[in-house]
Amino acid sequence: MSDLELKNLYDDFRDGKTIKAYAKIINENAKKLKKPINIMEVCGGHTHTIMKYGLPQLLPNNINFIHGPGCPVCIMPKERIDHAYVLAMQEDVILVTLGDMIKVPGSNGSLQDARAKGADVRFVYSPMECLKIASENPTKKVVFFAIGFETTTPMTAVLVEQVIKQKVPNILFHINHVTVPEVMVELIDSRDEHVDSYNNRIDAFLGPSHVSVIAGSKIYEKFPKEYGRPVVVTGFEPVDMMQGISMIVEQFVDERCELEIQYKRVVSREGNLKAQALIDRYFEKVSLFRWRGLGNVPNSGLKLRDEFSEYNAEIVYKDVLPIAEIEDHKLCICGDILRGMAKPQECTIFGTACKPTSPIGSCMVSSEGACSAYYKYGNIL
Amino acid sequence: MCLSIPSKVIKVSEDQTMCTVDTLGVQRDANLMMMEEGDVQVGDYVLLHIGFVMNKIDEKEALASIETYKEILEAMDEEERRRAIIDDDNCEKR
Ligand code: SF4
Repeated sequence: MSDLELKNLYDDFRDGKTIKAYAKIINENAKKLKKPINIMEVCGGHTHTIMKYGLPQLLPNNINFIHGPGCPVCIMPKERIDHAYVLAMQEDVILVTLGDMIKVPGSNGSLQDARAKGADVRFVYSPMECLKIASENPTKKVVFFAIGFETTTPMTAVLVEQVIKQKVPNILFHINHVTVPEVMVELIDSRDEHVDSYNNRIDAFLGPSHVSVIAGSKIYEKFPKEYGRPVVVTGFEPVDMMQGISMIVEQFVDERCELEIQYKRVVSREGNLKAQALIDRYFEKVSLFRWRGLGNVPNSGLKLRDEFSEYNAEIVYKDVLPIAEIEDHKLCICGDILRGMAKPQECTIFGTACKPTSPIGSCMVSSEGACSAYYKYGNIL
Repeated sequence: MCLSIPSKVIKVSEDQTMCTVDTLGVQRDANLMMMEEGDVQVGDYVLLHIGFVMNKIDEKEALASIETYKEILEAMDEEERRRAIIDDDNCEKR
């Protein structure tokens, strides 16, 4: 065995021949399936790989993908984007967030629009850039609008810790971190408020890659055990995904229902314990977080612990922040799409009133959402 | 947004809070505060996400996966060769 080189980590997991070899194995095994299987890739990163490498074309007809809730910005309800907008419009505020947020429309417009109106909005690569912005602008309040699943939560926690340790007087947080297992439960085990149905067609999950790097595969243990859904934690590269899909198909052929890790090179059962401890130190669960397209999902959101309220922008600016919830568009069927009950074309405003340039529902907001993927790639999915 | 990039550590700061990594020829700094002290060393492969090292890449596991892929490809090549020989044996035009 030769030693690992950096380029192995890129090339060998994108190798066209290996992808085809797995396609062949999957096609052979799929012939033994008793019924078609629907696999949900929970994470938008997987959806991206599926589209980029045209994976559905390599797979037999009895293996279908259901695209998951996508990305942290897609699921952000409008009222929280409105919070960002209102905060950005405050004279004394510099609103800082990650680049993904730039175009997401709230009811008054996006952060890009706020900036066009003169608001100081900054899109950063890393949350730690807030420290520099804060020290360069001592008369302003820097509000970090924090988004992301388990993958980015510990980074926000590190920033909170530094703000406290370094006694930075002018950084506040607006926390929108959400957690993955709770929404997976919601998708298979609860009533869809929008269509009044308990139905879903999800047979198995491809577990997210980098959420699991932090949280560990242990967060999925209940899915095979309690809900009868196999989970294979899978990496983002196309070879990873083909292997992950192959492992799921094998489970069905062998009539097994287990949690497996394909992405062993970075995911362990326990995950990154230091990161988990950081999350735990600064954040606690909120009883409900409203997901755009899905509605209220119990225990799926995080907030700063009460003892850190002085850093909580939602409390500090509570007098100016709107509180009303904003419903999804009546015609939007994202909830159904996410449960595998409908395809985007079945939405009556797909491609007309709702397009990537003027998204109405969550599945159209980012390129990782199902509707936007269908819009871009037509029928190949 | 959750994509992370494999990189190689080429320097660790004295206080162990930062490191410099190489991402296919591009060098940049990454924060180490999410990793236990002393856990990340020069030469390690790590996953980078929004300016932080989020975990180490297990070299043995990566090599084991690559080895599995090689074996699968070899087995398929072998099968194709065998099939080509059988096809050739059965060729009526000969
Ligand atoms: S096309 Fe737009 S409105 Fe229709 S389901 Fe998709 S996101 Fe919702």
